[in-house]
Amino acid sequence: MLQARHVSISFGGLKAVDDASLAVPAGSITSLIGPNGAGKSTLFGILSGFLEPDAGSVSFLGQDVTGLAPHRICRLGMTRTFQLAQPFAGQTVRENIAVGSHLHRPQRKVALVHAESVALRVGLAGQLDKPARDLTIAARKRLELARALATEPKLLLLDEVLAGLNPQEVSEMSPVIRAIRDDGGVTVLMIEHVMQAVMNLSEHTWVLNNGQLIAEGKPADVTRDPRVIEAYLGRGAAERLRTSGNEAHA
Amino acid sequence: MKTLYAILVLCGAVALLPAFVSSGVVLNLVIMTLYATLLGQAWNILAGFGGQYSFGHAAFFGTGAYASAALQVHFGVNAWLCLPFAIVCGAAVGALVGALSFRYGLRGSYFALVTLAFAEVFRILANSVKFTGGGVGLLVPLKSSALDFQFQGKAGFLYVILALTLAGFLLSWWLKHSRYGAWLTAVRDNEDSAAALGVDVFRVKLQAIVISAGLTAAGGAFYVQYFQYIDPHIAYGPAVSVEALLGPIVGGLGTVFGPLLGAAALKLLGELTRNLMGDAPGVSLMIYGAVLIAMVTFLPRGIGGLFQRLAAKAP
Repeated sequence: MLQARHVSISFGGLKAVDDASLAVPAGSITSLIGPNGAGKSTLFGILSGFLEPDAGSVSFLGQDVTGLAPHRICRLGMTRTFQLAQPFAGQTVRENIAVGSHLHRPQRKVALVHAESVALRVGLAGQLDKPARDLTIAARKRLELARALATEPKLLLLDEVLAGLNPQEVSEMSPVIRAIRDDGGVTVLMIEHVMQAVMNLSEHTWVLNNGQLIAEGKPADVTRDPRVIEAYLGRGAAERLRTSGNEAHA
Repeated sequence: MKTLYAILVLCGAVALLPAFVSSGVVLNLVIMTLYATLLGQAWNILAGFGGQYSFGHAAFFGTGAYASAALQVHFGVNAWLCLPFAIVCGAAVGALVGALSFRYGLRGSYFALVTLAFAEVFRILANSVKFTGGGVGLLVPLKSSALDFQFQGKAGFLYVILALTLAGFLLSWWLKHSRYGAWLTAVRDNEDSAAALGVDVFRVKLQAIVISAGLTAAGGAFYVQYFQYIDPHIAYGPAVSVEALLGPIVGGLGTVFGPLLGAAALKLLGELTRNLMGDAPGVSLMIYGAVLIAMVTFLPRGIGGLFQRLAAKAP
């Protein structure tokens, strides 16, 4: 469904993403993991059109979308959320979601009604008339998700939608994400640090380190990969873990 | 819907005014308040709803004023026909300024400075070109006929500016109840989020500045008919730009009634200080300035915001 081929981008002298290729099959929940500063969000920026890669190409549903403006990519059916939730602060939850609904619904009233149904799906139905600035972090994350869903995407890019949530909130949010795929039929690519969620939710994982994709596969396999362990814990960590007889946990 | 009725009732009441009031001073005050409201409404569309703070709305005002005056003076065109032409010219300048500054992603103070610079460039151009009468300006030929957009009394002008203000009200109301308005406020609050949700940020901003500039140019064309004179300093000087932005800021940014509340409060304040301190030149302006500072400091959401807060407190 989504394919990046040999994508690179650098800022100044720093290669933020270096010759990265990845694929997201339709109907999957795929995750992208990696240590801080690995270039995950930058890669997301390239996939969603916010950044233009120096080299390489991105295709979505067989169409080349490299360097296409974000709103055009969104209209094709790929929408992203942001790591730092960016609500339209002065507007209510309903109005926030309606901005997404408007993509396919020109009528104001129709969009506002649709926004309610989306709020229901992500568990925001009780807070529809609250100004977005009064929401808790957890609710902001839900709003971020709701707005993106309201555009009725075929592929949803979630940038750390679980970060900053406490364990209970994470366990409440995970089924919401799963339902988006299972009931809504939306393919999901998620950047995530919460490994419990990565293991539970995603069928396939890509690992990014220093701008390069170093591993891919089933989450359970990937987290045992020595290269991945070293990326997170430092050189030689895998060796030490094995000799001390511990089971590796990234 | 309530807002819409309020607008219509308000405009209806003002329309009845000349039947009861014959004082030229009072009617002039109402006309100037509505005129300031119109400029405020226009600025509010771009800045209050769209978050793009222009400091150079004089560029659109002056273009509207000169477009109308020059057509009348040089080509003898009927003043009513000049009005739509003035709106189109102002909107075109808006499109030019918007295309250049939004294409290169200018925001905040950078956008404000660029608009200010555009207004100054136009002022200097108008000062040195023959077509605009140079520094002397243009005098619109006196005709004193409603068919020529010149009226014997004040009432005629009141109806014209009222109609333009009504258009400004309806535009603001439409922004509150339409997809375009939702997109514009989304762009104001967060451009990246808006873009991710499929909003064409550049286009939305460009449309906003075109609408805003067109409405401002209508104000310019009205000014020319009312005062029958325009020169570079009046047309493109910073006074108009400031007048356009003060009303909405004092009254309440991004609201339907903010520009009217602000314009009315400022006009009354101006009259009051001038009458009380008229003997000591300058003192009235100092008081005016002090009250303005106090308002902006203590009422960050304007007079409209104050009303909302009081309404929320009331049981």
